[in-house]
Amino acid sequence: MKYVLMYTNRPDLDEAVPKERIEQVYGEIFAWFEKNAAVLTDAGAELQDVSTATTVKSGDNQPVVVDGPFNEAKEVVGGFSVIDVPDLDAAIELVKTWPSLDFPGVAIEIRPIVDHSGG
Amino acid sequence: MIDAVASDAALERVVRHETAHLVATLHRILGDLDVAEEAVAEAVVEALNAWRRDGIPDQPGGWLLTAARHNALDRLRRESRYREKLALLAGGTAETAPEPADGQDERLALIFGCCHPALARPAQLALTLRAVVGLTTAEIARAFFTLEPTIAQRIVRAKRKIVQAGIPVRIPGAEELPARLDSVLTVVYLAYNEAYLATGGPDASRRDLADDAIWLAGVVSTSLPREPEALGLLALLRLHHARASARFDGAGHLILLADQDRTAWDGEAIRTAIDLLERAATMRRPGRYQLQAAIAACHAEARDWAATDWLQILTLYDLLLRLDPSPVVRLNRAIALAQFDGPARALAELDTLIEPLRNYHLLHATRAQLLRGLGRGHEARAADATALALTGNVAERHLLTERLRS
Repeated sequence: MKYVLMYTNRPDLDEAVPKERIEQVYGEIFAWFEKNAAVLTDAGAELQDVSTATTVKSGDNQPVVVDGPFNEAKEVVGGFSVIDVPDLDAAIELVKTWPSLDFPGVAIEIRPIVDHSGG
Repeated sequence: MIDAVASDAALERVVRHETAHLVATLHRILGDLDVAEEAVAEAVVEALNAWRRDGIPDQPGGWLLTAARHNALDRLRRESRYREKLALLAGGTAETAPEPADGQDERLALIFGCCHPALARPAQLALTLRAVVGLTTAEIARAFFTLEPTIAQRIVRAKRKIVQAGIPVRIPGAEELPARLDSVLTVVYLAYNEAYLATGGPDASRRDLADDAIWLAGVVSTSLPREPEALGLLALLRLHHARASARFDGAGHLILLADQDRTAWDGEAIRTAIDLLERAATMRRPGRYQLQAAIAACHAEARDWAATDWLQILTLYDLLLRLDPSPVVRLNRAIALAQFDGPARALAELDTLIEPLRNYHLLHATRAQLLRGLGRGHEARAADATALALTGNVAERHLLTERLRS
């Protein structure tokens, strides 16, 4: 089954993490992607800071363009990947090994992808 | 003509015995838990109607399987993948379905699927009671004082998530087992608690959810004989149940443990429950349920309230607090402390719990008892009044109202 992993964090809590630890975790994340290449259908992307986000919403007559993310939540999406694993337990097991999961406010959402094949 | 009540109890036993096997069998054949569960749930409702009218057939399991297969066919006809699945369903004969390969009780896999942590607790509870125990949606709604459409929607959503999110219906591996088993045991415990609290309520005709929960605990502990907490939970529920009939007087009014007629307790059930607990203890992996069962065993073995071994109970609560430092456990420990050491220190402990437990009626009712013991009658009445305002349970309301009247 295919799932999208959405890597989320809390920018307000990230400051508490020491610089050296952040640099170290980047290395670990790189290794994580290499190690799990077989199940990563699409490694996805790391996103620029949430302050760079622009949102287009439905308006009264026409779409409205606004500065900022789509919601007001403290949690922001920092990146995403697509994985293909047998079931949700396999997805959970994989996600539990995500290197920055011990950072405060880090959470990963697992969402199954809609299967349009009809199978 | 069999009398209606006995016949209903027999129906429940048959349904409870067959449901999980049928759901697991159809799930194995079709690979679709939603269709399997729905087909069996419909068959259960049909069976309850037909058997009440005609009596229980000689082979109730075969009857239910045939009805469930018909229902599954009806459902599959509405699906695009009808032909493919029809072939699967035609594979098994009517009375016998292929057995699972590894010989393990496949009901356990179903229980683990229903109690998967990716489902919210209320969904785990409702789905387990329907897919494993065979309660109808109406029975679950009654047990939880919830509207039937709410329960129905909860079950539909849970099954949809199992299918769409790829939640596996299987027994987890050794590494995941402790955490996953804890989730299963919590669901069984909550089912029993709900039954325990609702007893004596206005609806005396409701199905005995306590029996269902004990049966479920039995299935889990029999399938996992090396898991002491599963045995501990079974022992705990049986110990509570052995004393259940003494909790109410003839008029349905609640009798507190201190005042219960202990000769009405089921001595044989208490002994077998303590045997279970001793078997669990030999595995040397203590846990929440074993400790709670050990506390219940102390009460069950005491000749009367005064002869209770309060020091032993306090010691067990201290051990329990290390595993579960929750305010409710601290409240229960304070009740034991009051018996061992008088009301003053227990009241001081309770006062630290007012904030976390301010909406829990038993905190206020317990405070009232301690305040009365200290001669502070005015404050005791205020605490009883707060407790009364916080509980909807008929028997508890009656007890508190009587206290306020005296």
